[in-house]
Amino acid sequence: MSAKKLGLKQRYAHMTRGLDWETSYQPMDKVFPYDSFEGIKIKDWSAWEDPFRLTMDTYWKFQAEKERKLYAVIDAFAQNNGQTGISDGRYANVLKLFLTGISPAEYQAHRGFAFAGRHLRGVGPRVAAQMQSLDELRHLQTQIHTISHYNKHFDGISEFSHMHDRVWYLSVPKSFFDDARSAGPFEYMIAIGFAFEYVLTNLLFVPFMSGAAYNGDMSTVTFGFSAQSDESRHMTLGIEVIKFLLEQHPDNLPIVQKWVDKWFWRGHRVLGLVAMMMDYMLPKPVMSWKEAWEIYYTQAGGALFQDLARYGLRPPKYADIATAEAEHISHQNWAIFYQYTHAAAFHTWIPDAKHMDWLSEKYPNTFDKYYRPRWEMWGRMAKEGKRFYNMALPQLCQTCQIPMGYTEPGDPTTIAFRSSRFRGETYHFCSDGCKDIFDAEPEKFAQSWLPVHQIFQGNCGGATIPDVLNYYRLANGADNLDYVGSPDEKLWNEWQADKLKTAV
Amino acid sequence: MSINAISPDYESHIVFRDAEQNFHGNRVIYVHWEQHLSFCSAIAFPLPPAMPFGAFVEEVIKPHYAAHPDAAHVDWSKLVWMIDGEKTAPDFSKSLAENGIQHKSLVRFWTPGLDGYKSSAS
Repeated sequence: MSAKKLGLKQRYAHMTRGLDWETSYQPMDKVFPYDSFEGIKIKDWSAWEDPFRLTMDTYWKFQAEKERKLYAVIDAFAQNNGQTGISDGRYANVLKLFLTGISPAEYQAHRGFAFAGRHLRGVGPRVAAQMQSLDELRHLQTQIHTISHYNKHFDGISEFSHMHDRVWYLSVPKSFFDDARSAGPFEYMIAIGFAFEYVLTNLLFVPFMSGAAYNGDMSTVTFGFSAQSDESRHMTLGIEVIKFLLEQHPDNLPIVQKWVDKWFWRGHRVLGLVAMMMDYMLPKPVMSWKEAWEIYYTQAGGALFQDLARYGLRPPKYADIATAEAEHISHQNWAIFYQYTHAAAFHTWIPDAKHMDWLSEKYPNTFDKYYRPRWEMWGRMAKEGKRFYNMALPQLCQTCQIPMGYTEPGDPTTIAFRSSRFRGETYHFCSDGCKDIFDAEPEKFAQSWLPVHQIFQGNCGGATIPDVLNYYRLANGADNLDYVGSPDEKLWNEWQADKLKTAV
Repeated sequence: MSINAISPDYESHIVFRDAEQNFHGNRVIYVHWEQHLSFCSAIAFPLPPAMPFGAFVEEVIKPHYAAHPDAAHVDWSKLVWMIDGEKTAPDFSKSLAENGIQHKSLVRFWTPGLDGYKSSAS
């Protein structure tokens, strides 16, 4: 007679909740010191619902199967020299941005969920956070392995983890996660689990993965598929967390609302890098940032917040400003990188005539009026041998750490300047959203490590551009500057010439 | 204390990272040429507070904006200046400090009649 098998529900009960216990040698408050200081009130941890009911042993089996498939594709891609089949050599810069800007954030997410998975008192959310922690670590690993093949051929990839802690624009995603990880576990879960993984995740993943598919990068597409089932689990965790907190106690609502407002705005600022990638960096563009924002935030997010209105939660503050900014941020961000191309670990270029027409079509209200003239002027200067560089360092926002290049709502010709005073010193911000975040926690944000000020203080290897590039481990003349004339371009052109020869 | 921290002595551990004394005798000063967004944002400089405003214009502002085609047409006697939100007429012979420029002050200027490439604010 064979042993009786447990049902899924019973298995889940035994393998998660059944393994938990109330401590007796030490009071629970001492064992879980982090889950009360934020002011969140939990009456009944067992009310946590996990719709996936995944146990650790099943988790390992699932993940192992996905790994086998992914690495088979990566191997095939490498053996077939898949890198020569991408749409254009420029595409590699998308991967550089991803690996330097996003992948280290996966690692930060891993650390953050490991913390939440230790410090939340309830076993349901603790187990869910532990699994997500492992997922995030796996994402980092598989991204490194996928992109390492490109590292054999293209510049700007090899020092990604060193760069993440030092390079001026990488301080944007880095400080975003530093902020979340130095908060309490509940704020972290709302920041990353809900605001980022639920509300905004499609704006990060879909553009990169469909961009990869459109541009012939099958290895990254396969990574995307491999991560997709994890992402749907993460989204479920994000929505469960917010419902759980709002159902547990009415006092939680104002705290959660404050976090939703804060992390929506912070996420919106970080995603400006994705906006620029979609509109300018993909040789074959998929959709515009404005279209993506309309589908994934205005429509999907609108429905979500309608659903959450029954708890008293309203849509994030400044969502209307973010929507209006969707007409501008990609253009403003790419212009930042174009003029600071000497300090960036990927290549830049002026969009060609066909691409500019595409931008005119996608941005009928703004591109021809405000941004086409900028590219035309810089194009003319480049033709005259006077390629435009900004040789001073930019003023940075104290909160998001992006150069203060965003314009006033309703006036795209004037920079938005905002400032606050705290303990006798002035702090500057790019927007009302970033100013509000500072004003709520000035003690935290007065400590921001702003790359420009750090250079002035002498903490970044020296005062000249070569000194600072050296400190970044950014190879001058290879990793940075325009795509045209770069070693990447030379290599790409050689591959194309080889293909023609083969065809003959 | 507005921050909600687990450590009761959080305030005593705040590192004011950009305090003036960290800049070796300089003040961080931001400057921005309005209606010329080819320069994507205000630009930052560490400068001695005793520097004359005239030297700030000649040695710092002019060379860093020289790349713009409008730069050659600027009439530097007819600028509109704003320091920390106040319209002002700086005294070029006096120092930055005497002109009211503090650590992390923002100096904005307008060049009437010059509004960027084809008046697009670029």
